[in-house]
Amino acid sequence: MKLKTFPGGLHPPDNKRWSEHKPIETCPLPEELVVPMAQHIGAPAEVCVQKGDLVKKGQVIGQAKGFVSVPVHAPSSGEVVAVEPRLHPSGKALPAVVIRPDGEDRWVEGLEPGDPEALSADQLREKIRAAGIVGMGGATFPAHVKLSPPEGKKIDTLILNGVECEPFLTADHRLMLEQPDDVLAGVDILRKVLGVSRVYIGIEANKPDAIDLMSQACTGRGIEVVPLEVKYPQGAEKQLILAITGREVPSGGLPMDVGVVVQNVGTAAAVADAVLHGRPLVERICTVSGPLVAEPKNLRIRIGTPLAHLVQFCGGVKGEPAKIIMGGPMMGSAQLSLEVPATRGTSGLLLFGAGDVPLRSEGPCIRCGRCVQACPARIMPTTIAAYARLDFISEAEEYGAMDCIECGCCTYICPATLPLVQAIRYAKGAILAKRRKV
Amino acid sequence: MERQLYLSSSPHLSARETTDRVMRAVIYALLPACAVSVYFFGLPALWVLVLCTAGCVGFEALAQKLMRRPVTVGDGSAALTGILLALNLPPASSWWLALLGSAVAIVIGKQVYGGLGYNPFNPALVARVVLLVSFPVQMTSWTAPAPLGSGLDSVTSATPLGDWKTAVMLTGKMPETLQQGLGNYFVGNMAGCLGEVSALALLLGAAYLFWKKILTWHIPLSFVGSVVLLSGVFWLVDPAKYPSPLFHLVTGGLVLGAFYMATDMVSSPVTTRGMVVFGVGCGVITVLIRLFGGYPEGVSFAILLMNAATPLIDRYTRPKKFGYVAEKA
Repeated sequence: MKLKTFPGGLHPPDNKRWSEHKPIETCPLPEELVVPMAQHIGAPAEVCVQKGDLVKKGQVIGQAKGFVSVPVHAPSSGEVVAVEPRLHPSGKALPAVVIRPDGEDRWVEGLEPGDPEALSADQLREKIRAAGIVGMGGATFPAHVKLSPPEGKKIDTLILNGVECEPFLTADHRLMLEQPDDVLAGVDILRKVLGVSRVYIGIEANKPDAIDLMSQACTGRGIEVVPLEVKYPQGAEKQLILAITGREVPSGGLPMDVGVVVQNVGTAAAVADAVLHGRPLVERICTVSGPLVAEPKNLRIRIGTPLAHLVQFCGGVKGEPAKIIMGGPMMGSAQLSLEVPATRGTSGLLLFGAGDVPLRSEGPCIRCGRCVQACPARIMPTTIAAYARLDFISEAEEYGAMDCIECGCCTYICPATLPLVQAIRYAKGAILAKRRKV
Repeated sequence: MERQLYLSSSPHLSARETTDRVMRAVIYALLPACAVSVYFFGLPALWVLVLCTAGCVGFEALAQKLMRRPVTVGDGSAALTGILLALNLPPASSWWLALLGSAVAIVIGKQVYGGLGYNPFNPALVARVVLLVSFPVQMTSWTAPAPLGSGLDSVTSATPLGDWKTAVMLTGKMPETLQQGLGNYFVGNMAGCLGEVSALALLLGAAYLFWKKILTWHIPLSFVGSVVLLSGVFWLVDPAKYPSPLFHLVTGGLVLGAFYMATDMVSSPVTTRGMVVFGVGCGVITVLIRLFGGYPEGVSFAILLMNAATPLIDRYTRPKKFGYVAEKA
């Protein structure tokens, strides 16, 4: 069978074998949980507890500020020992609540189980918002915003993203294998909120066990599992929509412009937890892997757990880390330190040694055209990057710099080791700055 | 600070393929053709190969030193140009022709434009054409093949394409005998430049490059395909005067040009549609020059002309950006 996909893209060695057969383990509580207020795209939450307060698991410690924002909850019960700026995955020191767990892990009172049948779409949406649910694939866009299409936008299709095309990461894979019912319960809620009948689950063909299991679980529920070609960035929202529905999200537009909402499988499971059990988002599944991790694992982690604690639970580090990556190797971010806490968007933690990230010197572009062929946005990375480096910003814009999805395919494939996507990011920044001025 | 962490932005991985690996792979791919040429033309051919390769590497280092640029002969591109140049010269070229060619290729064809990646024309072809118009006698003194161990002495001979051109000019007809040597031409048993001779060895190398995913089919297929189509039309119209497409394929520099010279990444388009346009252009110009031009062989001129059109082709064959289809609908 010909697998569905999108034009462009490439397939880096996926390195999933380190962790794909490791069942999810629960990571024990660390001594200190560092919960940043900025854990989603949009306005960060506002701290609403003080040093010395005793909090319970699931208690709101940060209140949402604005529509594109969600509350932040205490990941465990214990004492607030500090409210201060701490090193954040973004590399800056940002406001955080530091909790010393009391080890009892008691839930806050008042979390009611809900019946999705009995609740209205608005009530469900409010539960999802109050539970602090964001896109768990790594983008951390507040889920309720995606679930509230503006008047006039008709949504007819829901796509569940179980692609997980980033190398090394296996968290979504394990989630689908171990908790298919949670995922599907979440799907039913999402579909009720959106009022859609058509639901697809996209899974890359390198997870045949997940495809089989989810297909079985979906029979008779009106949900279609779509096996997809193993290719990066198959999990990018617009590429996924094109592969499954054949619809192309217009440039500068959103999935809802073609009647589609995409949610990650992890998000669906979190939605189920929020609605059925009233539980806010205080934990997630994270793959800890990479050549320097003694024993790569898939972990259920408490949000706010320092990365060092995760590594320790995986048997520690083999040698000196040269690069700490939060997320996947293609789009994740390099970290300053293992003291940084895991957040809602932390789908992976990868440790690389000096030999795994060799520094190569940049050569001249030999115009091989590989970046052009690999680009899923179908723009010309080498041309845009060349303009960007000369500060020819309007030319970069004309060639489609703003359509870049920053997947990094061009930089990955470049034989001259040119930092193409980095140059395009620079151009995008300059274009936005110019637009603001005008 | 007790340890050093890399903090570059994503992606954190890169493909293993690097510029020098690409160059080296193309050099490996050309080795069978080099071996065949040495087999058929003996030590003089080897001498030309060595001189051109050493010459190009030497001139590149010298030029970069004089221009105060970092010396980058280690990337293999100069050596590759040297081999390609040698394959574009007659087997018995004298030493000064080979060295002059190397100097033209590297200095005029490449370094004055800024070095690797910036040359608009294929450097080896620039050198070949400069030599061809400056030293027409030396550049068209062909020797008949005398395979190693056969005891034959090398004698001068004409290339099949040259034979045909002369015959048509004199009698208006193509000699019967020409069509019968196709098998011999295919393995390389004919007069011609070092690299024109063995289509078989060149195709072997090309297969390796396809397997290594360094070559894509776009340029070679559209180049060869348009030659076959266009020459086929003429052949069908007047088979007594025009040679068959097969004859075009196995004689002259078509295979060398289509698989190794036109596909030079630097001087060919970067877009896939552009590559096809480029290949078709090369093919059409090749056939027109071969059939109606003043030279028997047209591949070099065709590629250089299309090199000049490359920026234009890239501009007009930009891929359709994601998300611009729905807008029109």
